[in-house]
Amino acid sequence: MTPRIASLRAGVTRGRIELSHAYTNPQEVFQYLFWPVIFFVVMLFMRGSTVPGTEFSLAASVLPSVIGMNIAFGMMGVAGVLATEREDGTLLRAKAVPNGMPAYLIAKIIVVTGMTAASVALILVGGLVLFGRDLNPGVGGWFTLVWVFALGMVAVLPIGAAIGSLLTNPRSMSLLFLPLGGLISISGIFYPITSLQGWIQGIAQVFPVYWLGLGMRSALLPGDLVTVEIGESWRHLETAGVLGAWAVLGLLLAPPLLRRMARRESGSAVEARRASAMRRVS
Amino acid sequence: MTEVSELSEEDPLARPPEDGTVLDVCDLRMRYGSTDVLGGIDLTAQRGEVLCLLGPNGAGKTTTIEVLESFRMRSDGWVSVLGTDPAHGDERWRAGIGIVLQSWRDHGNWKVRELLAHLGSYYRPYSTPRRPRPIEAEDLINRVGLTDQSEQRVRSLSGGQRRRLDVAIGIVGNPELLFLDEPTTGFDPQARRDFHDLMHSLADDDTTIVLTTHDLDEAEKLADRIVILAGGRVVANGSPAQLARQVTRDAEVSWTRGGQPFVHATPEATNFVRELCAQYGEEIADIEVRRATLEDVYLSMVHRHEAGYAGEAAAEFHKREVQP
Ligand SMILES: Nc1ncnc2c1ncn2[C@@H]1O[C@H](COP(=O)(O)OP(=O)(O)OP(=O)(O)O)[C@@H](O)[C@H]1O
Ligand SMILES: [Mg+2]
Repeated sequence: MTPRIASLRAGVTRGRIELSHAYTNPQEVFQYLFWPVIFFVVMLFMRGSTVPGTEFSLAASVLPSVIGMNIAFGMMGVAGVLATEREDGTLLRAKAVPNGMPAYLIAKIIVVTGMTAASVALILVGGLVLFGRDLNPGVGGWFTLVWVFALGMVAVLPIGAAIGSLLTNPRSMSLLFLPLGGLISISGIFYPITSLQGWIQGIAQVFPVYWLGLGMRSALLPGDLVTVEIGESWRHLETAGVLGAWAVLGLLLAPPLLRRMARRESGSAVEARRASAMRRVS
Repeated sequence: MTEVSELSEEDPLARPPEDGTVLDVCDLRMRYGSTDVLGGIDLTAQRGEVLCLLGPNGAGKTTTIEVLESFRMRSDGWVSVLGTDPAHGDERWRAGIGIVLQSWRDHGNWKVRELLAHLGSYYRPYSTPRRPRPIEAEDLINRVGLTDQSEQRVRSLSGGQRRRLDVAIGIVGNPELLFLDEPTTGFDPQARRDFHDLMHSLADDDTTIVLTTHDLDEAEKLADRIVILAGGRVVANGSPAQLARQVTRDAEVSWTRGGQPFVHATPEATNFVRELCAQYGEEIADIEVRRATLEDVYLSMVHRHEAGYAGEAAAEFHKREVQP
């Protein structure tokens, strides 16, 4: 067995074990279930309303966008995990064993993808149970859902890793939620993007959040609802293009940044970070 | 092993490179801004040797070890670890090294056995007939005394148990060279004894061990050679016995004669006792001969350094070393 294959296998094993920990750890489950659950509570209150001018349930029309948003949260997932595990020394441990770093990264991809997939599946299943009448994607719809999910993960994970490698501690994560919240509010997740001003639409279309939402809407919503989208089109080609571009950007940025982060990791660095975390607490 | 350590006390540059040299450090320097944390350290270790780094807080022990582990970049100097500069060590090199840092708190979610088995698997591709890798998790758990905790989550271990796990992880890859930074903090006396046995058995398997400790008793029990650092410099280097002789050649003889206590310091303790007995015979009781302990050596070396005699102490050390 060559070291490369060994590290791949170790990464997959590690991912599997950590995923099983995550699915059984209340705190992490809470973290990933928080949004889906909030969403369903809101859904239940919105049950009666419909999209203006149609019979289509308003809640069901928002659901695909929320799935898209959850995929974008994968970025925060990786960034947060890197910041946390840098502080507790898990990353340093990975550096201390042969081929530990690549295996560690493979594991993180598996864990965050697995957790994101679980929360997406949860929203989807809940949605189909509650609004099965409105949401019935055909074979084409399911296919779109799968490729948008897969490409979406490839787009957001490396960028998340790059961001995570720049964070000095887990507390700085909160600084990221603000811009992400702003981005979500202009990305047509909870109301159609076409109701916003043109230049705002332009900004939103630079980032993956809008395209993830659009891709999921195209997969799950009936064709008639395309009328509220930009250009009255699902724009699959553009979706693939923008998400692909983010994937390329992330895959270019992440490796050198991760290597730089790993190089700087040492027992004393971990110790110093812990000391500053303690100071904050006390 | 003591013979080997005496050989290694020559100038590392003057000695022809030999197969048995696992660790070779020459004039290692570390600077943060304008402060010199390490001011030119020389160290060597031979295969199977147990080297103990001692020194007050902030002396530079952890810094030295982290440079050798490749976790930190040195500012200057020449370093060879397992024949490679740690700054350029590859994964195969990494597989030959075991690391126990001063403190760990990673992998809190994992179970003890699960973590050991998993981390061990990274070493499997580097297994050789001479050094089978990894060591079985089960075996390791028993050796460090975590049998009852093997299914427990790491975060729920007590401080000492966590430390035992750290030691187990350090040796799971059956390393040729093992670094331990204060491994026995939090160990109860039994765990300490078990740890010493474990270290001896590793050294018997030709594992080279570099450890730091503040427990001088432990250093005396484990070390083939002791290196005392102070203020980023080596102020003493030798076997425990050599160091003791360096501080003072005198032994302290105490006895009672007719119920009255006496003390006398002499370099010739044996002769002195013989003569004492010849002179007073039955009157003498409670004879005790006490030679300088490592603690005496340590305190005197560190004091000398702190009093600003660092250079002198080192020079004196070299002078004495050339004498038989
Ligand atoms: N990143 C850093 N920047 C500045 N100074 C540092 C840095 N890291 C360590 N030092 C200094 O280097 C000196 C040596 O530290 P080191 O941790 O090696 O000591 P030590 O011998 O291991 O001490 P202890 O017995 O307390 O573990 C200390 O004075 C410390 O303050
Ligand atoms: Mg230290």
